[in-house]
Amino acid sequence: MESILVLTHADESGSALTKPSLEAVTAGLELAARLAAPLTIGIVAVDAQTASKALPSTARILAVSGEPYAQPRYATDAAACAALWRAANPTIVLAPASSRFTRVLPSVAHRLGGLIDTHISSLQVEAISGTDAIEVTRWFYRQRVEAVLTRTARPWFLLLDPGTNAAFASTGASAPIEEIQFDPPTTKTTVTGFRAPEQGQQTIRPDAKLLFVAGAGWTKKQPDGQTHVPEAADLILGFLTATGASLGSSKSLVDQGGEGNSVLPFLTHLNQIGQTGATPRHAKGLSTCCHGEEPHVVGWRFIADRRAISLDPNCGWTRGKADVVYVADAFPVIAKLNALLQAQKP
Amino acid sequence: MSNPLQIVVCAGISPDPLQTLEPTHDAANPGLKNELVLPAVLDPWAASALYEAAALAAKNPGSKVWLVSLGPKAKLQQVLMTIAQKVPFELVPIDGPIGGFPDAHSTAAALAAAIDSIPGLDRSNLLLFGGWESATRGAGVTLQLVGELLGITDQFQGVDQITLRDDGSFEILERVEGGKHQVSVCTGLPALLGWATGNLAEPRNNPQIGMANMRTIMPALQKAKPATLDPNTLSYLSVALPKQQRTTRVVKDLSPDQIAAELVEWIGAE
Repeated sequence: MESILVLTHADESGSALTKPSLEAVTAGLELAARLAAPLTIGIVAVDAQTASKALPSTARILAVSGEPYAQPRYATDAAACAALWRAANPTIVLAPASSRFTRVLPSVAHRLGGLIDTHISSLQVEAISGTDAIEVTRWFYRQRVEAVLTRTARPWFLLLDPGTNAAFASTGASAPIEEIQFDPPTTKTTVTGFRAPEQGQQTIRPDAKLLFVAGAGWTKKQPDGQTHVPEAADLILGFLTATGASLGSSKSLVDQGGEGNSVLPFLTHLNQIGQTGATPRHAKGLSTCCHGEEPHVVGWRFIADRRAISLDPNCGWTRGKADVVYVADAFPVIAKLNALLQAQKP
Repeated sequence: MSNPLQIVVCAGISPDPLQTLEPTHDAANPGLKNELVLPAVLDPWAASALYEAAALAAKNPGSKVWLVSLGPKAKLQQVLMTIAQKVPFELVPIDGPIGGFPDAHSTAAALAAAIDSIPGLDRSNLLLFGGWESATRGAGVTLQLVGELLGITDQFQGVDQITLRDDGSFEILERVEGGKHQVSVCTGLPALLGWATGNLAEPRNNPQIGMANMRTIMPALQKAKPATLDPNTLSYLSVALPKQQRTTRVVKDLSPDQIAAELVEWIGAE
């Protein structure tokens, strides 16, 4: 019989669970119900007592808490997750594919004699020869090939991609927590803080409904034979300010910054989407001045509603990938768009 | 003051990103059609790791970079003919299967065994580099497992920068959620860094580096140990291209004002 452990962790406050953690809780509740399996939830946090209030009352709740777990760090997080697993002794472990858990859970699985699969976008249970088998879906080749796979070995660790489940909403009642006590391991690493990109304004907003994708066309020569990079920067930032959109970029545009060419001043590699960048999940995406596979195929694989502004009516990368393509120059369109959005403001 | 470094870079090979990929229909033994003849490149994030390793080694005289790579010998040779022109390294090849579908745990075990067998490598003074994910399996798992197998308990993922200090400590910038970097200080080696893009451009080809590298690459390839990768109970039920093909509405005859008005309505719609 399967038993399930959902591993969760707190955000920077140390006392509130992250949204992807609560999404993993939803997945755990559904899987436990489908398998009629016991569910345990493990918390890694400074203040697990407060964090536990966001959890369901039907699950057993274990916690590793205290200052050593304030910092996302390999040695301490791996020890904490392993201790939670030993206390629960589950066959299946679900956890969010956050930077914190992605760093440590492969090694935790190895330490515990388990196996791990990551970037899970869905979980299914199928009855095979009278036995319930867990099947998981994930992407290979940077979101270009989709596979369904399973394993019979246990324990099986599964990291769930953020945005693939609804976040669990607490009803206010949660079970009492059981604190797991152990001596934290020694570590050579100290986390000293966080740093936003030097370019200043934060343009990456994972919770935004809209992803705005800027391509290399913004820095190319315009009909007057000149480049208009400062104007492009103003238009893009104006759009981001007016809509609250997140900014993605093609690799070719980001790479220009490393080759001594003029480039949009607020862009870094963190904005990059595609083959060597992110594949964010947003409800809508608007690509501008992009020409190429990476932003249109890989970068917005998980964008539900997609539009593009392109000068090339025959662009093969948008055809079949975008819902609407406007054949137009993005400069005047975004200028008009910003003016309309500005006029709408109360 | 600079200290000689020992940097081992784990890097696989992947199909050129612009190639059309088509999976084989045999889910029990998945692969890509014609994968062995598709143009291939060094895995992009791992390539960032290699270039960062070479830059660090250049700044610290006496340092050495090893490139550990698992793949079919012929394919490794093809890719490395290009990579060898860019930065100095010693190749540690493993003759194994190509592609993203083999189990990551078995891949990690083969890589760890190869690193463990490098003559003269002081594992207590090691920087282990690689990409934070590959462009094939894309699991972000293998490097952590290699590190764990080698007993490295200071690991960093999504790394964009390392700054070495005179006292032997170093500062690391790791990508975390929300477009930020987590800043950590580690007091000493060994350490593992799974690189994101880093900050370096791809080095230009240098024929002299290429000639020096090729003197050791070809003999190493000839002696590459074969690796069979255990699936560890991993089985595939289906492997397919996404079915979603959108019907694109191509709008050619609207003015910027009209397009802007349509987009405002679209952005505001729930």
